[in-house]
Amino acid sequence: MCLGIPGKVVKTYREHDVLMGKVDFGGIAKNVCLAHVPEVQPGQYVLVHVGFALSMIDENEAQQVFKFLNEMQQLDELKVPSP
Amino acid sequence: MKYLDEYRDTKAARQLADAIARTVTRPWTIMEVCGGQTHTIVKYGIDEILPRGVELVHGPGCPVCVTALEMIDRAHAIAARPEVIFCSFGDMLRVPGSRGDLLQLKAHGSDIRIVYSPLDAVNIAAANPQKKVVFFAIGFETTAPPNAMAVWLAHHRRLHNFSVLVSHVLVPPAMTAILQAPGNRVQGFLGPGHVCTVMGYTEYEPIAAQFKVPIVITGFEPVDMLEGVLLTVRQLEAGAGKVENQYGRAVRREGNPASRQLIVDVFEVCDRKWRGVGLIPQSGYKLRPEFHAHDAERLFDVEGIQTQESTVCISGQVLRGLKKPHDCPAFGKSCTPQNPLGATMVSAEGACAAYYAYGRHLEARHAKADANGTAQPAPAYVQIGAGQ
Amino acid sequence: MTTSTPSAPASAIDAAMFSTCPVPFTQYDRILLGHGSGGSLTADLIRRLFVPGFSNPVLAALEDQATLNVNGALGTSGARLAFTTDSFVVRPIFFPGGDIGRLAVHGTVNDLAVGGAQPLFLAAAFILEEGLPLADLQRIVASMRTACHEAGVTLVTGDTKVVDRGKGDQIFITTSGIGLVPPGRALSIAHARPGDRILVSGTIGDHGIAIMSVREGLEFETVLESDSASLADLTRSMLEACPDIRAMRDPTRGGVASALNELAEASHVGVELTEAAIPIRPAVRGACEMLGLDPLYVANEGKLLAVVPAARAEELLAVMRRHPLGQNAAVIGDVLAAHPGMVVMKSLVGGARVVTMLAGEQLPRIC
Repeated sequence: MCLGIPGKVVKTYREHDVLMGKVDFGGIAKNVCLAHVPEVQPGQYVLVHVGFALSMIDENEAQQVFKFLNEMQQLDELKVPSP
Repeated sequence: MKYLDEYRDTKAARQLADAIARTVTRPWTIMEVCGGQTHTIVKYGIDEILPRGVELVHGPGCPVCVTALEMIDRAHAIAARPEVIFCSFGDMLRVPGSRGDLLQLKAHGSDIRIVYSPLDAVNIAAANPQKKVVFFAIGFETTAPPNAMAVWLAHHRRLHNFSVLVSHVLVPPAMTAILQAPGNRVQGFLGPGHVCTVMGYTEYEPIAAQFKVPIVITGFEPVDMLEGVLLTVRQLEAGAGKVENQYGRAVRREGNPASRQLIVDVFEVCDRKWRGVGLIPQSGYKLRPEFHAHDAERLFDVEGIQTQESTVCISGQVLRGLKKPHDCPAFGKSCTPQNPLGATMVSAEGACAAYYAYGRHLEARHAKADANGTAQPAPAYVQIGAGQ
Repeated sequence: MTTSTPSAPASAIDAAMFSTCPVPFTQYDRILLGHGSGGSLTADLIRRLFVPGFSNPVLAALEDQATLNVNGALGTSGARLAFTTDSFVVRPIFFPGGDIGRLAVHGTVNDLAVGGAQPLFLAAAFILEEGLPLADLQRIVASMRTACHEAGVTLVTGDTKVVDRGKGDQIFITTSGIGLVPPGRALSIAHARPGDRILVSGTIGDHGIAIMSVREGLEFETVLESDSASLADLTRSMLEACPDIRAMRDPTRGGVASALNELAEASHVGVELTEAAIPIRPAVRGACEMLGLDPLYVANEGKLLAVVPAARAEELLAVMRRHPLGQNAAVIGDVLAAHPGMVVMKSLVGGARVVTMLAGEQLPRIC
């Protein structure tokens, strides 16, 4: 149910009338069904579960938590230590 | 690996843990729904870096554990047939039915194959026209699109020898059942991240509103889970109860429309029995009539199944939160990951399996704690359902 | 000591090897039951395949046993005989980075080497399934010959049996090996002490993932290779530089996790690993992530773990890294007095978990 990992689409092709793609997972490539992310382009990332792309990874959203942590850090650094 | 490694960053995790510690003013009990999220907690020791007042409770989000015993026995009966090539995800192979498991059947000569993807099972059917290929289609909503695609493809390619044994379960009805159970202690949820990539999270909005509980849709890496906990405790401290999306990089509010459409085309909602919990209405999927030619439950006459749970196993009570794994007399003795008596010991995130390593882990920490005088509370389980 | 002269550079057996013989090697292209019956077909197989394949005078004598002179190697006194045996049943029999024969030689050589022995002689018993293509057997023998040459061992005796079609999965190989442990050297998994450091010679999980990817039909478009290799030369260098290595182990079935659990148990010590320090190839890691496997439990066939007093760790690491098989060596953990018998790992995020013994095969998961 839960195991989905991000991979980078290297190329797309059709097989039995279904959109497929070669997806790279940090050094290992696997053929994955891309039927439900038809707009994906090579170079973009998808979330893959049992050989199937569930959604595209949004780069902006991915940065949110790190922006937030950065801001938190800067706020911490500005705080005057209590005596 | 991009979008994975950065979410395992030590510094980010510590920062979030500190932020949680600064936010909480009193104890809170939060349930993480998915088995994969439990796996992360155990693997990374997330509970060790949370402040003492925040208690993480494990939910029934393990489709392997909750697949009904009758369904497991049905799967075994089908797999035992000589004309069948039985394909399954690896998780299911060691789940004990009333009499043994799929691995034992394989040892006795049945053709049982692990597949990584349901689409692989379709290819096996194409390559073996003289055999009946049956795929065990379990999972939550996350696995429904790939399973539906397998059925659709087989139909499209006219592979009459391919069928699926469907046992999907749905999260929202289970969550509602948990919240409605008398004595429920869960105050907030880390919602199922991958389920929501498919389904979106609109179904959770009425639940949050009705029960006034925060539901934060959360990912699976340590930084995701810690951020999810932070967002949840912030809501709890503020007395809020709404749906929030921590896993924005993969989840959109409307989910994946193409996936949702395919699910509706291939499956329909039905009642489902959850192993150890009982019947939860409208909590599963079954194949629509147009695809009955690929429905293994109809194609194989396996009536007269006599289910028999281990008399010793208390999986059901563990899943319902009535007992903890170490309350079971068999825990760690006659029931171990090497020799599981029930589903919660087999699956990597079943409560008993997680607790087995987790329990020993606590032993080690207790030994350290005795030296420091700061013991950690053991995890508690929630009561769900009114019984079988 | 018997000296054997490995003849030509190790290359695949080909027709040239048999071109001096006036009678064609065999008119059969597959193993028959008759090849195991002890008669002329068996003799044919031995004389024309195994003897030239391993070419040494001891084997060529075709006695019922190999009688070996080891006095010269014993030194003054105190050297001990090391003896080991293994069976190899790997499927598929040919895989990226090796085959069952190569694996058999390396596996037995390594079992001797990690005990501090110099591997010397091997025996190999083959159980062949009727119908096995002779070409496959030739390939395997050639591969074993190469592996023996690389490891500096001689295959001096063997046996062949044939079983009915369907009663033996193509080929099983049992290898036994003899080596000598110099006087004064006594490595043991019971010798680890709190304060010791644990090193690994390179990346983990390579072999198991290579096998799984082929066997389970989990096809990857990137080829993953087994790391099967002889560790005899590496261990020799390590022990020369650092005689007070406490123990070494090759983490085969059950992976690093199982080997360290056995060590913790035998020495009554705790082990603490640091996840961030454990070397792993990106492709192997990607495959493990995708399949939901834990690389700590995946088999290795060309790697070793070493336990050494803390003061010698850096020096030993440097020696290992200078060796071709140890380039990715790393310090991965410590031996502690706490939680004896238990292996614990500090995760990337800072919390800790118990690394338990593996319960059966690891299976790919979806949860």
